[in-house]
Amino acid sequence: MKLAEVNALLCTEVLCGQENMEREIVTACGADLMSDVLVYTKEKTLLLTGLTNIQVVRTAEVGDLMGIIFVRGKRPGPEVIEMAKAKSIPLMLTELSMFDACGILHDYGIRGCVERVPRNEL
Amino acid sequence: MTMEYGGVWNGCLEMNSRQVIQLEFFLEAGDFSTAGEASSQIKRILQQIGVKAETARRIAIGAYEAEMNVIIHSLGGKMRVAILPDRTDISVEDNGPGIADVKLAMQEGYSTAPDHIRDMGFGAGMGLPNMARCSDEFSITSEVGVGTKIRMVIHHP
Repeated sequence: MKLAEVNALLCTEVLCGQENMEREIVTACGADLMSDVLVYTKEKTLLLTGLTNIQVVRTAEVGDLMGIIFVRGKRPGPEVIEMAKAKSIPLMLTELSMFDACGILHDYGIRGCVERVPRNEL
Repeated sequence: MTMEYGGVWNGCLEMNSRQVIQLEFFLEAGDFSTAGEASSQIKRILQQIGVKAETARRIAIGAYEAEMNVIIHSLGGKMRVAILPDRTDISVEDNGPGIADVKLAMQEGYSTAPDHIRDMGFGAGMGLPNMARCSDEFSITSEVGVGTKIRMVIHHP
């Protein structure tokens, strides 16, 4: 699915990276825990998150993610947008909740990066 | 964070079999604004010399986890990176406080990070295990009150 289609489904506002809306995503990841994003994501993944700090952009950069959608209307500061621009990482914002935004993408065929993670044994 | 180039690097980022790109980054404790900048530069160089995207990604993730760990937990440290034609070799050394139980620290989910680190999306006890997962060779030694040393070697297929 192209980012442009994601934007239409989630009624996003594009904060930067309008020129990259033809990028294709295969999987998505909904997380506020960047540690987990670094472990479980694959390339060609879209990140949905409620965190708006600079580490979200860094995580997307090192992890080769295709873009970031901020959920629940959370707007990152200008320094975050500037860094994303410099690193060609598209940023979008939706007013939907994490659950609904992920659910809509799942309805349209986007799947998670990992199907299952083996349970931790204490 | 500051960086120094050393060793034999011809600047045009074309490598022959004897060349090595050496980088050194100084990591400041608590400096979250530049956390990740070293990994970003390493990744850019790997891309420029034509290392496969998936390999460059693994190296960058391992380096980023290491950077975050030094910035979160230590009193500062440095990361030395040697990029060779067939592998990337990363050594990270920090100053104190060290890890009392390395085996416990290597367990997924074990963390001593404070709440403000968790609020940033880190400190979930995934960093060290993820560094090991990203590496082909991984070693860690630590001495309480002195510091921690980590080495990651990733082969370029």
